[in-house]
Amino acid sequence: MDRLLVNTRRRLGSFELRCDIDLPLTGLTALFGASGAGKSTLINLVAGLLRPDSGRIVVGDAVFYDDARRIELPVHRRELGIVFQDARLFPHLSIRRNLLFGFKRAGARAKTPRAGVDAVVALLGLEPLLERRPNTLSGGEKQRVALGRALLAQPRLLLMDEPLASLDAPRKAEVLPYIERLRDEFDLPILYVSHAVEEVLRLATALVLFDRGETVAAGSLSEVLDHPRAAPLRGGAAAGALVFGHVQQHDPRYALSTLACEGFTLRVPQVDLPLGTPVRLRIPAREVALALSRPSDVSITNRIEGTVERLLERRDDAAGTAAHSEAQVRVGPNTVLAVAVTRESAERLALAPGLRLWCLVKSVALHADALALAHGRAAARPVLQPSSLPAANDARVSNGG
Amino acid sequence: MLTTAELEALRLSLQVALVAIVFSLPLAIGTAWLLARIDFPGKSLVDTLVHLPLVLPPVVIGYFLLVLFGTKGPLGGWLYEVFGLRLVFTRWGAALAAGVMSFPLMVRAIRLALEAVDRDLEAAARTLGASHADVFFSVTLPLMLPGIVSGCIVAFAAALGDFGATITFVGNVQGETQTLSLAIYSLTQSPDGDAAALRLVVISLVLAVSALFASELLARRVRRFIGRQ
Repeated sequence: MDRLLVNTRRRLGSFELRCDIDLPLTGLTALFGASGAGKSTLINLVAGLLRPDSGRIVVGDAVFYDDARRIELPVHRRELGIVFQDARLFPHLSIRRNLLFGFKRAGARAKTPRAGVDAVVALLGLEPLLERRPNTLSGGEKQRVALGRALLAQPRLLLMDEPLASLDAPRKAEVLPYIERLRDEFDLPILYVSHAVEEVLRLATALVLFDRGETVAAGSLSEVLDHPRAAPLRGGAAAGALVFGHVQQHDPRYALSTLACEGFTLRVPQVDLPLGTPVRLRIPAREVALALSRPSDVSITNRIEGTVERLLERRDDAAGTAAHSEAQVRVGPNTVLAVAVTRESAERLALAPGLRLWCLVKSVALHADALALAHGRAAARPVLQPSSLPAANDARVSNGG
Repeated sequence: MLTTAELEALRLSLQVALVAIVFSLPLAIGTAWLLARIDFPGKSLVDTLVHLPLVLPPVVIGYFLLVLFGTKGPLGGWLYEVFGLRLVFTRWGAALAAGVMSFPLMVRAIRLALEAVDRDLEAAARTLGASHADVFFSVTLPLMLPGIVSGCIVAFAAALGDFGATITFVGNVQGETQTLSLAIYSLTQSPDGDAAALRLVVISLVLAVSALFASELLARRVRRFIGRQ
């Protein structure tokens, strides 16, 4: 399979990016790290907008940069599509001409397009916008147009540099499903920069972890999530657990669906997906309660048995979450639920590693938003087994030094 | 209402200014690009040279032109021998003088417009498969258009009004180099020319005001065209 290889160094003032990534060129690879960790620098290096000090950048069969062989492919020949944080639409062109900007310059690739104009316009719902100018569009609309423009350039790789960061929550929710669709409906590898945990967990199939200019881990999502440096992805205010499963049963009478996960089932508000469709589900830590015995006289239907693995103290944080304890409860070979409880409760229940207990998850808490659906192309590989995700076994991780 | 000589002066002025603008525009865009985008040794020298007509007395510029472009001058001699083109005492020479005098104004306006162009948009265009030249013509130039328009109009007005460099370089030949300004000057020198001078002054005024008005109108249209309003 084609690979994405980025092995470069680049100094910018006192900051140095040391990047060592070698991943299969498929799915959506999220580049995650705090602001200033070097994610956007990496995007600029791959795009050719910044020149590495040394190293190699190879995308599939195209060598973008190789200082040993003195190769540097000009930006406009790299056949990329980039979605920037600010949409960067051309103000003097209509939406239609913005969309066609890259398409017209794609040459032979546009003759047999992977992403046709009509298909992209339909997918992103751009029909009503075509004759308008960028300055009359909302932020979410602009980002959708930018997405379409990048897609229509028939890129070999789509780069997205925090495409949702400048949008407010409703606009984010508007654009996010489009990114999911595009990931699943076009056979197009995507490199996605973000520092938003929710986005990464919802969209990514593979993950590269950045810290102070270094790639600290790279591999499939579940693999990298277990990395000790991935703590920000698992904990903090946005703590929650990612659960993989598939649709097992629909129960229209109560408008509920049953998801089969490894070793347990979950009842969730009904999802409009065929049986067997793989899904991933994020269970927020604060939506889970604990019981020491199997409770029978409570309203909650999702009761999952597990063993406490770790007990963490969470300090109050900028997001306004008060100090609390977080129990990490293993409920399956590959699944650990995060549970937020008050310190008082933790003491009363005498929570400690090894304790067997029951996790209670309210069905209504798992609203459709929390369901990240992996359908379309991704359905070919069951998400149920995280190890079968791309890049699971052949990703190379290094500290670049 | 106007005598043929006065009409001749008006027509000549417009002609000279127009030729000056048409020829200096591509040069001004190139110079603005050089000054705004490229770092090279001697850049401040070029910058100074371009701005010289703003700070030197126009007569001095006219003198330089005479030295350089006279039929025996290094450039003028070559033009005359190779193309049979004589600049001294001709309307082409008048256009050259007007063009040189208005050049810094044009470069300044275009350079400001160029510096205001969002480089990120150019980068986006590059990633979408556009070469450097393609980016210039499909993104940079359209976005500079308001500055180019206002630069042209300001330069046109300045070219229309030049006096010192023109009279020094090409003299005051009626029907060939006597533009409005020179005609007004000549009329004020003759004892019974006051009324005629006043008529030409009014024409100059009308020209200047309509140029400014047109500039405003055009700039607004262009801004709307490129989606900045």
